[in-house]
Amino acid sequence: MDTMEAHITDIPVEKKTVVGSLSPRLVPRFKEKAIELLLQLAAFTSVAITLGIVGVLAYESFHFFQQVSVVDFLTDRQWTPLFADAHYGILPLVSGTLVTTTVALLVAIPMGSLIAIYLSEYASRPVREFVKPVLELLSAVPTVVYGYFALLFVTPALQKIWPDLPGFNMLSAGLVIGFMIVPYVSSVSEDAMRAVPVYLREGAFALGATRMQTALRVVFPSALSGITAAYVLGVSRAIGETMVVAIAAGMQPTLTLNPLEPAATMTAYIVQVSLGDLPHGSVGYQTIFATGLMLLLITLLFNIAGHALKKRYRQVY
Amino acid sequence: MRRKGLDRFFAFEGLFVMGVALLVLFALVGQLAADGAGRLSWQFLTSFPSRFPAQAGILTAWIGTLLVMLLTALTAIPLGIGAAIYLEEYAAKSWLTEVIEINIANLAGVPSIVYGLMALGLLVYELHLGQSFLTAGLTLGMLILPMVIIATREAIRSVPPAVREAAYALGATKWQTVRDHVLPYSMGGILTGIILALSRAVGETAPLITVGALSFIAFLPHPPWQETFPFVSFEWLFDPFTVMPIQMFNWVSRPQEEFHVNAAAAGLILLAMSLAMNAVAIVIRARFRKRIHW
Repeated sequence: MDTMEAHITDIPVEKKTVVGSLSPRLVPRFKEKAIELLLQLAAFTSVAITLGIVGVLAYESFHFFQQVSVVDFLTDRQWTPLFADAHYGILPLVSGTLVTTTVALLVAIPMGSLIAIYLSEYASRPVREFVKPVLELLSAVPTVVYGYFALLFVTPALQKIWPDLPGFNMLSAGLVIGFMIVPYVSSVSEDAMRAVPVYLREGAFALGATRMQTALRVVFPSALSGITAAYVLGVSRAIGETMVVAIAAGMQPTLTLNPLEPAATMTAYIVQVSLGDLPHGSVGYQTIFATGLMLLLITLLFNIAGHALKKRYRQVY
Repeated sequence: MRRKGLDRFFAFEGLFVMGVALLVLFALVGQLAADGAGRLSWQFLTSFPSRFPAQAGILTAWIGTLLVMLLTALTAIPLGIGAAIYLEEYAAKSWLTEVIEINIANLAGVPSIVYGLMALGLLVYELHLGQSFLTAGLTLGMLILPMVIIATREAIRSVPPAVREAAYALGATKWQTVRDHVLPYSMGGILTGIILALSRAVGETAPLITVGALSFIAFLPHPPWQETFPFVSFEWLFDPFTVMPIQMFNWVSRPQEEFHVNAAAAGLILLAMSLAMNAVAIVIRARFRKRIHW
């Protein structure tokens, strides 16, 4: 922006004409306005991105639903869009996503909550300062590395317990996603619990409550809005997680709720199709956008629920 | 006494769960190192991918990662900081500002693969940017934009209003105040946010698969310079690309175990990159927190 000013003052010809005739105070004011406009434009790109996402998904899905009925899409129990006998029922992909997400949450929510309670109510300051960033490294590991870990470490380990567990299964994918989202749950919950004012704890202690009773009956309920937000964040991470399921869960769309079986999730299906060579504009190509739309709607639903819960349970101390 | 015992048991449980989480992290790094450390060599870093696992390397993948990260940073940093400055310093409270804010919060929760689908439909097929470095960089840039905006806003908000008032009192304009006072003071937080966002982009795989990353590229992109005027070449922007996570994904999905060793080695490098970036972010955060006392 300095260069602009320099240009205006350095070029004598311009000084004599329009700019020169303006009062010297107006030039900086014009520059200020230009900068504000640029910054505003930057802020609006985020809206443009949203419009882009919704537009592309809606446009391609519209073409898809011209050829496949919405009822079939939501009720058919088979997903075989690339076979000669094509079926377009999203249910198998949704069930796959549901199972891996449930397994992940069964790991992440109890673990994340316990860690949050421990760090906020029991741990000393140095322990907390050290453990928190180290735990956050769990979410910094690239997801493709987690996929490797699920396929070549967790699955063989589980096969020692269940010898007939297939090499691809939703259990190990779900478990690993669970560990991956523990820090999301624990960090946000811990922040929420630490925001609970100390006098509430002191009140509980004064009544003879132990640390555990204080944590579970006073601090946890008071921080519930923040904790719920943490859970919702975990859920939407687990639903959208892609590489772990694409590597370790198998890519067979099967309508099952048994985590010991291989299955495909919505995200894994999109990856599978993207790896192939589907011609642009074919129904097969459009299926990934319809699947993506479904995925977006489900995560959006959870995000909105999260905001609503956060507002509803907001505590005023 | 029973209550005290229960209390102690509960504390122990918390410690135990924390230990389990750390153990998983430890097992992950250990497994990767055990499988892949032996494969790390100069040859591995400087070879093209190959059908023969023992000759294959990650030259195209790490160069690709560097170039894609450069484009990602060029997209996300100016847009992210600009948007954050606008929202914190300029925007009046209005329904429009609120729409932008809600929008950014929601964008942060959109699964990354959905960004990939948008980029495929919009950048590849509508804008004809091709399955190229440019598309990849823009895709990841858009993906991390909300993270950069949110982190920058928090950093800017932590600068006390007194700093701004002092600048205004001396006759500084709004932009001068922001550029000379607010931004330098919040630089620690902004840098931390940018590095963390980039470290996430380094590991992102899914959105790049949908926009058409190739996993087998046996040639380098066009060099960014040339012999004749204007000496800078932008041809590489439109070359097909691959990145480290894609290369690793490709190797992991093959049935042959020899390729799994390569995957582990690539994973080690990838892990080292993103952990190093996280470490840098933590150090920056700690340093800036110590230095500034309002």
